Amino acid sequence: MLTLKMALKSIGNNKLRAFLTMLGIIIGVMALVILVSLVNGATGTVTDSIKGLGSNMLTVTVSDNKGAPLHLDDLNNWMKDGTVGNAAAFSQESVTGKSEGNSNTVDVYGVSSYYGDIQNLEILLGRFIKSSDIDNHTYVCVINEYLATELIGYTDCIGQEITLNNIKFTVVGVIKDDDNSLTRAFTSDSLTAYIPYTSLVRMSETATLEVKSFYVSAPENSTTQLTQEKIKELLLKRFDDDEDAFRIRSQDALEDAMSSVRSALAILLGGIAAISLIVGGIGIMNIMLVTVTERTREIGIRKAIGAKKRVILQQFLLEAVILCMMGCAVGIGLSWAILRVIGIVVSSLSMTFKMDGTVILVAVGFCFLIGIIFGLYPANKAAKMKPIDALHYGG
Amino acid sequence: MKKNKTIILRDVCKNYQVGTEVIHALDHVSLDICEGEFVSIIGPSGSGKSTLMNIIGCLDIADDGAYALDGIPIEDYSEDELAAVRNKKIGFVFQNFNLIQKLTAEENVELPLIYQKMKRAERDRRVESALQRVGLEKRASHYPTELSGGQQQRVAIARAIATGPSLILADEPTGNLDSQTSAEIMEIFKELHRQGNTIVLITHDSDVAKQAERSINILDGRITEVTRYADA
Repeated sequence: MLTLKMALKSIGNNKLRAFLTMLGIIIGVMALVILVSLVNGATGTVTDSIKGLGSNMLTVTVSDNKGAPLHLDDLNNWMKDGTVGNAAAFSQESVTGKSEGNSNTVDVYGVSSYYGDIQNLEILLGRFIKSSDIDNHTYVCVINEYLATELIGYTDCIGQEITLNNIKFTVVGVIKDDDNSLTRAFTSDSLTAYIPYTSLVRMSETATLEVKSFYVSAPENSTTQLTQEKIKELLLKRFDDDEDAFRIRSQDALEDAMSSVRSALAILLGGIAAISLIVGGIGIMNIMLVTVTERTREIGIRKAIGAKKRVILQQFLLEAVILCMMGCAVGIGLSWAILRVIGIVVSSLSMTFKMDGTVILVAVGFCFLIGIIFGLYPANKAAKMKPIDALHYGG
Repeated sequence: MKKNKTIILRDVCKNYQVGTEVIHALDHVSLDICEGEFVSIIGPSGSGKSTLMNIIGCLDIADDGAYALDGIPIEDYSEDELAAVRNKKIGFVFQNFNLIQKLTAEENVELPLIYQKMKRAERDRRVESALQRVGLEKRASHYPTELSGGQQQRVAIARAIATGPSLILADEPTGNLDSQTSAEIMEIFKELHRQGNTIVLITHDSDVAKQAERSINILDGRITEVTRYADA
């Protein structure tokens, strides 16, 4: 307790020097906390929006049908299995869409009826494609808000007709654009129309009734893993046990990838910040060496009146550690303030930058270690001084 | 009645190597100082009196010979053991006071007691009484820079006596003070002597040396002469 008081007092004796010494640690801690928090905040938002896409969804693509092409009926049969939720085939083409003189390129998805559920599409008006539409190859379409405003001019356009590849389609539903998702940046700027899978086959030259890609969801109260195993089993049976004939991707894999990107970034940036902390620690060692030399007389006096080596060592080590920890506290405080400011500035991006408890613990622990490591040499130098030499130092 | 001997030095030698030449700073010095004695050690600079004081003060260890302080042989002691001996048995008073500038008078006096791990209440009591004995109780919370030379030396004396040492070792305690203040400081030493403390005072000033009971002359590392004065 008394040693602590003494250490604080001698730091307080030279405030400017103490501050300049701490500056290295302050900047290092700020770099560490802010960078890692930014990475966590940004990737966290991305991960959240991936989850928003439907985390229980599998994407299956078939590359080699081995003479046994999949059809919509096969998917419907598989859906009867308890471990498979919904399955929806899709096929995408870019066509020219026209409406009342407006013309633009439209991404057309030929889908089956569960597509909307699996993709979590939110219906703004009307309805999604129904299985009867698919059975009857009706020329109906569900469009996104953006397409409605761009091509037709208003969103309330149920019953309107648009032309896709010179075929007239009746709008039966409008999909809400998800403004809050980061994925919006990649998807919703496109004009999207969903039509029955069978209708796409009719109007397209390339699309056939063979299903080459489809989504599968896990049933509620089950996991994607079980579904993935089941689908794999079914497909292997179908395609002569050839694993290369198809590919199943899950959102889990995407999330895993994201989280490994996140930790890689955090480690990389944290590592850079750690280097600046080490540089700060060298600054502390430098100043502590100066302090020890300056206070040689004091060390001599203390030793003459009975301070043991350990007491002197403790005193200087404590000073170094306190310098580090004060720098750390200031750094964390400033990081908090800066993260708040960044949070306000980029609030439109709907990202949240919170200080992570782990980062703070790491920063505190690292500063403590640096204080010990870089304080040890100067403190040991002080402790090892001979009392007579120290007493007569400089006079 | 035979008095206990506080200091027994037997054939103590200390050599320094300067270049290729070996200097015998102390050359077979033998010396006894009894409990309650007031002894001065006098000699010109370079005579070895500082070396003698370092050895008596346990700041340094003799190359050869035997030294017993308070009946305890101080040989082959480790640095930390010597620190403990200095802390409990010796009170230092230096020429240049050697107070810690950033501690107040009372904190300076308290420091050796802290190193003894003494309880707070006992520390406070001892600090107060030590400062009272040197007449500085009103200046307890002043820093050394706010005190005159004489007052700083009184603080140093208070620090030396606070631990209740077996020996008070004063190295030119009046060397940096004017004659008036010197006289005051010497009065304090005499008073401490009357109270039964053992005091060894090192000086080059014969007027100061005379004020002790006994004076030991040292020259070229040898004790040359012992003068006994009437009790001060």
